[in-house]
Amino acid sequence: MILSTLIFILVAGGMLSWVVERWRPGSAKWVALTTVGIELLLTIWLWLQSASAMALPAHGGWLAELRAEWIPRFGVSFHLAMDGISLILVVLTAFLGVVSVACSWTEIQERAGFFYLNLLWTLAGAVGVFLALDLFLFFFFWELMLVPMYFMIAIWGHEKRQYASIKFFIFTEGSGLFMLVAILALVFVHYRSTGVLTFDYFELLNTAMSPSTELWIMLGFFIAFAVKTPIVPFHTWLPDAHTEAPTAGSVILAGVLLKTGAYGLLRFVVPLFPQAAGYFAPVAMALGAIGILYGAFLAFAQTDFKRLVAYTSVSHLGFAVVGIFAWNPWSLGGAVMQMIAHGVSTGALFVIAGILQERTHTRDMHRFGGVWGIMPRLAAMGLFFAIAALGLPGMGNFVGEFLVLMGLSRVNSVLASVAAVAFVTSVVYALALVQKIFHGENTQGWQLHDLSGREMATLYSMAAITLWLGLYPQPVLDAAPSIANRPPAIAVAHREGNAE
Amino acid sequence: MNTPPFALHSNLMVLSPLILLAGSAVVVMLAAAFYRHPRPVMMLTLAGLVLSFASLFLSQGAGSPQVTALLVLDHYALFFIGLIVAATFVVVVLCYRYFGGDESRHEALYILLLLAALGGGVLVASSHFASFLLGLELLSISLFALIAYPRFTERPLEAGIKYLILAGFSSAFLLFGMALIYAQLGTMQFAQIGALPAVFERGLDAYGLAGLSLILVGAGFKLALVPFHMWTPDVYEGAPAPISAFIATVSKGAMLAMLLRYFVVADAHQSQSVVMALSLIAVVTILAGNLLALRQDNIKRILAYSSIAQLGYLLVGFLAFGAMAVEAVAYYLAAYFVTMLGAFGVVTVLSRGTPEQDSDMLNEYAGLFWRRPWLAGVFTAMLLSLAGIPLTMGFIGKFYVLIAAVGASLWLLVIVLAVGSAMGLYYYLRIIAVMCAHGSEAVTGQMAAPKVKASLAESFTLAVLALLLIWLGVYPDPLIRMLETTAVHLA
Repeated sequence: MILSTLIFILVAGGMLSWVVERWRPGSAKWVALTTVGIELLLTIWLWLQSASAMALPAHGGWLAELRAEWIPRFGVSFHLAMDGISLILVVLTAFLGVVSVACSWTEIQERAGFFYLNLLWTLAGAVGVFLALDLFLFFFFWELMLVPMYFMIAIWGHEKRQYASIKFFIFTEGSGLFMLVAILALVFVHYRSTGVLTFDYFELLNTAMSPSTELWIMLGFFIAFAVKTPIVPFHTWLPDAHTEAPTAGSVILAGVLLKTGAYGLLRFVVPLFPQAAGYFAPVAMALGAIGILYGAFLAFAQTDFKRLVAYTSVSHLGFAVVGIFAWNPWSLGGAVMQMIAHGVSTGALFVIAGILQERTHTRDMHRFGGVWGIMPRLAAMGLFFAIAALGLPGMGNFVGEFLVLMGLSRVNSVLASVAAVAFVTSVVYALALVQKIFHGENTQGWQLHDLSGREMATLYSMAAITLWLGLYPQPVLDAAPSIANRPPAIAVAHREGNAE
Repeated sequence: MNTPPFALHSNLMVLSPLILLAGSAVVVMLAAAFYRHPRPVMMLTLAGLVLSFASLFLSQGAGSPQVTALLVLDHYALFFIGLIVAATFVVVVLCYRYFGGDESRHEALYILLLLAALGGGVLVASSHFASFLLGLELLSISLFALIAYPRFTERPLEAGIKYLILAGFSSAFLLFGMALIYAQLGTMQFAQIGALPAVFERGLDAYGLAGLSLILVGAGFKLALVPFHMWTPDVYEGAPAPISAFIATVSKGAMLAMLLRYFVVADAHQSQSVVMALSLIAVVTILAGNLLALRQDNIKRILAYSSIAQLGYLLVGFLAFGAMAVEAVAYYLAAYFVTMLGAFGVVTVLSRGTPEQDSDMLNEYAGLFWRRPWLAGVFTAMLLSLAGIPLTMGFIGKFYVLIAAVGASLWLLVIVLAVGSAMGLYYYLRIIAVMCAHGSEAVTGQMAAPKVKASLAESFTLAVLALLLIWLGVYPDPLIRMLETTAVHLA
């Protein structure tokens, strides 16, 4: 019940903020803030509740479940369930929801009601993706979260918003169609061997397939997730979409939507196709490692603040991909950690970029310089998140990257050493970012006012979380291991959990 | 006629939906002759359609569905007659204000619409080449007149003549194909063609195969399958918007439903070469329809190309054959009807009246979201449904077609469908992007677009269509249950 509530609150809150804005302009943001606030409180409450339950292997790691008939003709059910990994991703989504409402507070003046409707519905779609355990339902949410995101970029985006939004939509939606075909293929393979037409995750988990079929179906899933994550040859939509989106859109894209891709790899690709994922892992890890370096190099070459941060996402998510395909407890823990830490730190960098853009109306780093002198608070936070992004020990990203490399070195030490080069390249781009924007001469003569209380609250809380993740990562790592069990074990444990 | 006389009563009952349609055409004609006011005539038309729709439930189970050798009103036919009647109802509502409301003299339009609907009904209920042709001609001839109805303006006339010539050709092809098949098999009844021992296994000889392919060519013209699609964009663009909606839905839907029945009943899918040819046509149709739509600037043309692509998707479901295919095609057609009616409905509502001034250029839609949010919202929903995005019927329809095709292992077609849908996103999004433009672009849109107020009936109809679209997109179970019985009765 609580699971559908998590989605429903966001949907209803979005509708409400749209309606309320028509009555009283300016009130939509309050409704939106209340909604995401309630969502965050609920998820944190769930986490506290479940801290003890997660330790009990008897439940197989599943904290809550909901199943109802939906379209019996196709064996589709409304099946939501939450385990540790879904839980922390939902918490991340709710937290970034609060952040994105806060950073839109003054940025979005026009059509605010419709903006918050789209924002909250994107979040609702993402929460649905993290909770759905029926493949049809998963696909449903997967596609659904793109539409409001598209509107956010297309209506409130920057100069090249049309191009960026259409590219974003075609890449993600088009690749989603391949996933739909793969889902159907999987379902029919299962149907032919058992005579049961079903889209349920647990039913499909141990479908017997010939190796080549398994590989093809897995590739269908992989392409969709690879576009979303993004893995390197499929990443070209990302810099455009992130750069052109409004601040809240960038935060949600980087913090939440990219995670749905990595989550898909973790939840579906490897467990559903263990053998095929096994053969394919070297390729995927190589792509991930290429992404780590390529993203870092391109980030260094950028002059647009948001574009730079967008390319760092490619680099950071590369670690998550590598960690997932290395598939051992360290690398998986690291991948999950990386997803969370990246969500917070990159989100914060986008918030900073948004604050600068709101005041100066530019993102061109050549036009900045000497910001430290006029906005010391912002500059300090910029430095903090830049060094978080470069993976300084004590911050969340370091824990993630370190664990991934540790797990990877057991599987493939060559790739691990290649990926480790990223520790150098990320220092280069992160420090270049700080250098170009905050240090040097204030050549443009900017006179800007420093962070407001709202902005400070947003950034400080993000900084606190980054530090907490770096200094005491155990709660996140505790939530993650349920997936580190071998995939068949998940299903077995689930059946036992149901039998009780 | 070999029906015993005592069956006459039940036969009439079974036929009642078609009889009522024909009857209301006569009544409307008489009424229009004596009392020339569009409003009562339109009301009468609507009443006739409602009666005919209600009689579908009467007809169901009133007796043996086979009425003479010509017509069969089984669940399958009744479902499609229902769809056609409902679509005609919507078109009638849309026509009223568009053609000038109570001030103009456009009563004849309603008679033509009723006759066209009757033609469509006969077409989907036909089980014999004679009734097939009869229904088709009734539909086509009414359509020439409907397309060219605003007869003092250039574009509709041009479109009407184009349609007339091509429809004439396609009927000729059809007739010749039927003649060839009759020459080989000696029967014109679908069921008997199918019952002939292993006609298709043995392979048709050159006559039969030529006949079958000529029938496909003729049907291809009506369905606007590539390479027989050339007329579509011009006719859609030239015809008055509500009439374009009618061609896109009733005319194409009836033809496809009839073709599916013929293929299933006559077992035509046993012929390898026919299936090959149809698969090729489906691939080309999907790709060409989507590619050609990419660079259009006229909404009616985009919708025309989009409807070509949609027919390609339908053909993929069609080629799966079997019960699942029938369900998939029926669901997809229902979704397609709702969507196309909605989309053309929005174009109609935005247009001033005469087709010379239809609001169909893309720039007239700039900023529509901020000027008329509800209308733009409905249009967006329809476009997203055409693109197959969840929450809409279009998504479930595409899903259904994909399930049928994957179940029949038509991998090539499935991949082409996915690629085509991905391409299609571009031009649907382009319209949506234009509608949510703001700033200077929106101002030009405001200047260009005529300010027309939608009538209450139009708003209501569009709202119902949009709600239906979302309701059956989220909870398609009721419709699916209905379709399951439909499919069982046919296959």
